[in-house]
Amino acid sequence: MVEQEVAVVFNEQVALDTFLMGLQAKEVVREAAPGHFVMVRVHKGFDPLLRRPFSIAGTLGGDLFLILYRVVGQGTGILAEVRSGSRLSVLGPLGNGFRIVSSGTSSCLVGGGMGVAPLLFLAQRLNGMPFSFLAGYGNAAQIPALDSFGLNPETFHIATEDGSRGHHGMVTDLLEEEVARLKEPVALFTCGPRPMMSRVAELALEQGLPCQVSLEAEMACGLGACQGCAVEASSATDRFYLHVCTDGPVLDAGRVAW
Amino acid sequence: MESYITDLRVEFGPLRLKNPVLAASGTFGYGDEFSHLSDPSDMGGIVLKGISLRPRAGNPPPRIVETPAGMLNAIGLANIGVDRFLEEKVPRLREMDTVVIANIYGHTLEEYGAVARRLEVAPEITALEVNISCPNVAQGGVAFGTDPGQSAAVTRCVLDNTDKPVIVKLSPNVTDIRPIARAVEEAGAAAISLINTITGMVVDVETRRPRLGNVTGGLSGPAIRPVALRMVYEAVNTVNIPVIGVGGIVTAHDALEFLIAGASAVQVGTAHFVDPRAGIHIVKGLDDYCKERGIGRLGDLIGSLQVN
Repeated sequence: MVEQEVAVVFNEQVALDTFLMGLQAKEVVREAAPGHFVMVRVHKGFDPLLRRPFSIAGTLGGDLFLILYRVVGQGTGILAEVRSGSRLSVLGPLGNGFRIVSSGTSSCLVGGGMGVAPLLFLAQRLNGMPFSFLAGYGNAAQIPALDSFGLNPETFHIATEDGSRGHHGMVTDLLEEEVARLKEPVALFTCGPRPMMSRVAELALEQGLPCQVSLEAEMACGLGACQGCAVEASSATDRFYLHVCTDGPVLDAGRVAW
Repeated sequence: MESYITDLRVEFGPLRLKNPVLAASGTFGYGDEFSHLSDPSDMGGIVLKGISLRPRAGNPPPRIVETPAGMLNAIGLANIGVDRFLEEKVPRLREMDTVVIANIYGHTLEEYGAVARRLEVAPEITALEVNISCPNVAQGGVAFGTDPGQSAAVTRCVLDNTDKPVIVKLSPNVTDIRPIARAVEEAGAAAISLINTITGMVVDVETRRPRLGNVTGGLSGPAIRPVALRMVYEAVNTVNIPVIGVGGIVTAHDALEFLIAGASAVQVGTAHFVDPRAGIHIVKGLDDYCKERGIGRLGDLIGSLQVN
């Protein structure tokens, strides 16, 4: 893990208010595993003050890593204006990633909105192993065009809340069908809005399936110093709170109080 | 280890610092969280995360929210407790070639005294900073720090239980800082540090709920710097013991404002969340400032403020 200024190689709009940024950093690419995140300083000023955490959404070649983000506020607004060739301070990779289950087990990746980001990286690293990717969005305009990932489009099963693409409804509806359809056990990996992850965790518990969740929290340092990113732990955990940055962001669903 | 042209050494009370830049409590952990990114030995000292007699889980999330040029936190003094601190963290402090200050907190006078006494076994800790100003806990903390008599009582209680120099960290959440600074000085504190965070609040207009689990929190970052500087200035003109300036310092320029206003040293806090090397950059910036102006000794700048 390092803190360094890295070059922005591209910063392209890939859906409504959604951008894919490629950053050049050999050290990050070398150490990065799916589920890891980086803390990005969106400018050199102090307003907004804090770095922004982003899941690593994949790597390209030996020296580019990707972040996928939606413009939701001041920080991401500034980020969307960054031109290729600019340099940004990046700290990472940070956190604990997904544990990839031994070969032979099929995986099901369940993402909601920008929660697809760490799962795209996971899909990239699952190459050859069987998996399905269920992705939920509000509407068709929010679905990112992800040509750079080299994933088979048929891998994705889409749900939209307004029915403008794929299944009309929630991505967890697709998961219920998938779980019912598959004969053998499947390992679940999920990231997205809290209610969605909560439902995935609940399904996993009902079906006795292993489930790893990638959590998000307001975060200042990303390194365990501020203790700002606490989430409540389940009674199965020997602690009251877990820190998303150093205990996670990827945790077994059973360790989290939903 | 960096080397500098300027003589950056400062003395405050019984402490001698290689430079006047300290890491503020709660922003540099126990010195190990940032160890592979930032060497605390390059700073004049480090104030460790607050320690209480018993472990504390801290406040319910969300615990932080960003604000204009700052952040609001309600961590709630989450910490591992003094016993685990002595066992797990203190041995690692030996490697640090800088002044290490423990920050202590109690619910009651007795707890303040008990934590101070427990730390007597640790020669690695040079001094104690007493937190009478945490806005995010229900009992103790700021309840002591807003009353001159109570502030003095905590100071005396800690002094009765330690031979280490005692620094008292004051709260800005008072009408007038001067009587409290005076009371703490009279009680025997070696120095005072200020300010702790300013209480604040943020509301989510969509959910109509407070953004913090604790409802209110403590504001830090550049947004509070002018308030901190004004209070440091008032304290410097009230007491004879050294004053450590804290509050929104992110650059050497900011640190210089406090030193010129009379602070004997400064603490860098929230800036470390953005850049774990912020304190070290500030030390370098102080050296550059002095070099460019032919100032041989940084100490000559302290209290050099010209008013009218």
